[in-house]
Amino acid sequence: MDINFSAEDLAFRDEVRDFFVSEYDSTLASQLSGGQGTDYKGAIVAWQNKLHVKGWLAPGWPTEYGGTDWTATQKFIYETERGLAGIPDVVPFGLKMVAPVIYTFGNEEQKAKFLPRILESKDWWCQGYSEPGAGSDLAALNTTADYAGDNYIVNGRKIWTTFAQYADWIFCLVRTSKGMRKQQGISFLLIDMKTPGITVKPIVTIDGKHSLNEVLFEDVAVPTENLIGEQDKGWTYAKALLAHERTGMAEVADSTRLLESLKQRASVEVNGGKAMIEDPIFQLRLSDIEMELMALEYTELRVFASMAAGGMPGPESSLLKIKGTEIAQAIHELQLQLASYYGGALPDDLNAEQLGHDFAFEARGRYMYGRAATIYGGSNEVQRNVIAKAVLGL
Amino acid sequence: MNFDFTEEQTMIKDSVSRFVRDEYDFDTRTKIVGSEEGISREFWSMFAELGWLSVPFAEEYGGFGGTVEDIAAVMEELGKGIVVEPYASTVVVFGGLMAASNNDALKAAVIPSIIDGSCMGSLASTEAQSRYEMSDVATTATACDGGYKINGEKTVVANGGTANKFIVTARTSGEQFDRDGVSLFLVDADASGVEVKSYKMMDGQSAATVTLTDVVVAESQLLSAAGQGMDLIDQVMPQILMGLSAEALGIMATLNTTTVEYTKVRQQFDTPISSFQVLQHRMVDTFMACEQTKSMLYRGLCQAGEDDRAELLKTVHALKATVARYGRLVGEEAIQIHGGIGMTDELNIGHYVKRLMMINVTFGDGDYHQKKFNQLAYSA
Repeated sequence: MDINFSAEDLAFRDEVRDFFVSEYDSTLASQLSGGQGTDYKGAIVAWQNKLHVKGWLAPGWPTEYGGTDWTATQKFIYETERGLAGIPDVVPFGLKMVAPVIYTFGNEEQKAKFLPRILESKDWWCQGYSEPGAGSDLAALNTTADYAGDNYIVNGRKIWTTFAQYADWIFCLVRTSKGMRKQQGISFLLIDMKTPGITVKPIVTIDGKHSLNEVLFEDVAVPTENLIGEQDKGWTYAKALLAHERTGMAEVADSTRLLESLKQRASVEVNGGKAMIEDPIFQLRLSDIEMELMALEYTELRVFASMAAGGMPGPESSLLKIKGTEIAQAIHELQLQLASYYGGALPDDLNAEQLGHDFAFEARGRYMYGRAATIYGGSNEVQRNVIAKAVLGL
Repeated sequence: MNFDFTEEQTMIKDSVSRFVRDEYDFDTRTKIVGSEEGISREFWSMFAELGWLSVPFAEEYGGFGGTVEDIAAVMEELGKGIVVEPYASTVVVFGGLMAASNNDALKAAVIPSIIDGSCMGSLASTEAQSRYEMSDVATTATACDGGYKINGEKTVVANGGTANKFIVTARTSGEQFDRDGVSLFLVDADASGVEVKSYKMMDGQSAATVTLTDVVVAESQLLSAAGQGMDLIDQVMPQILMGLSAEALGIMATLNTTTVEYTKVRQQFDTPISSFQVLQHRMVDTFMACEQTKSMLYRGLCQAGEDDRAELLKTVHALKATVARYGRLVGEEAIQIHGGIGMTDELNIGHYVKRLMMINVTFGDGDYHQKKFNQLAYSA
């Protein structure tokens, strides 16, 4: 066993660190940390453009479409450094979700039309999968697309659509044929959000913020050239994408950084004049999480090592999403516990400085929105079903 | 970066695995446990011939020159068969301390006899009051003509009944709880003044109360400088804990596999119980528990080769705490999911669980190690 990176990989790590230090400036950091009155869209696009100029925006893409020629090790190092530096991921919907479907299953016109605009962050994409009646049972979706000559006429409702309020395009799963197995008869359609008949309705989440939406389609005409691959084969394409989505959900580096900041905070927050980090029960809660994270770090390294060796990720990869999100939530819980009363304060009438425990707003928001992590991307219960079937053969 | 065992390690791992599969089925083990001595001398000789007893020792003593990775590879496979022969106590603990000793004459005299199978040894450190604190030593060694005179009582000495040599912790100076002043002596089991009272443990292995009354040992029997014994123990303990954890990992993996297979054949409500989601999710949780334990072990194995001792110690404490927590989860779930049959002495499941329970308390339980971890990680 050998845990060390090569000299080349260490040099690459330094290059990544240097780039982050010089380019991810404090203005970006404050805009992207999600404080009040910040311009998230403008800031993340600005950051993505910096990455694009550097050629680092789409490490997962094939080089012919603008990806990097990084090895698996370099990709791993990049993601780890990003997480440790506290830099948010790129907006995944275009770069990590629809782009792989377009370059894998799309035709040449579609590749030429969409991929460069994704790289230049000119189009903001959102994902039209879930519906009121199709959550974990995604294949139960019934937004319809009826073939009518040059167009599909789309009718239905999509829900939990993140950042639809910013989106130029939405990629949708729609039902094009009925009367077969529910996984069949689904097509993968790209829809311009400016098309008449589309309405976006905001959904405010329990963190008090607006990132989710409902998207309504009423006789929306979508040119047939926006169909990916073959009609009625969309489920196959979507499944390939979901597998893409599940890798990299362990977020070990992000959790490591959060845990470190939690520990620092716990040495400042006091009870009876004594730092919380010296409280034996608080220590116990901390180490329950930290030990689990130490193990997960090596689970992730094991997965990465088998992939770097050219192999497929082993059964251990399937637990990354479950454990990663459970650990993240445990950190959020302890952060909020540490914030005590102040975690309940809303930022409407005072700012963090006035509140006096400046991590409290963030702790509350993170805890509340963090509940979503075990629901999205295939809920953790669905993930357990997947492991039961695929790994344990049950 | 890789997490593969070397070719040499794989060979020895495979050889232990074949032995467990072909020669150490549960009936065979049950007969051995029920025998007079509770171990098979025949198998022990076979271990010697196959070179397993030589793993941690330097080549100059005829050893394999192995590292903690080699020890873990062997221990994991032994765990899968809940092998009761005293590999952990003789080779990993007693042998590990001998290998780390700087008393060359003593090493030259003892190590070859461990390797050839003629010497079984054990660490006699625990006392009635000491629980998991190794430096809590009331046994005394006072200077006398010809060396030291040892007096005291050691409890739950692993495989004390079969060991012919002990490494005894005894106080040559300082007070009962002082780290300094503890010395390590090699004491023959048949030396004058040594009384060994052996009894069975629930995991099929045995332990003994070893009473030392005016036992005279030469100064040349000291494993390291007088009063500095805890340094040697601390040096070897990570390796010991990783070895025991590897054994636990082998047990946990076996319990999981056995349970999953059982649910596929056990029919209730006209269907295999493996089709029930509530059981599937519990088995996924025990699968994840096992993978996380493996990752923590590998973390320790990788860090053992690095210079950062503080990080290794944190990992090893976390490992032992993880083994405790997840070992209990895996064991209890195996019994629960098996149902009534899981309660029977006839089925192997309970015996795997009982070995896990004994590993948990060996050299500190989960809470003990988590507390140590907390001290290292969160103290100013």
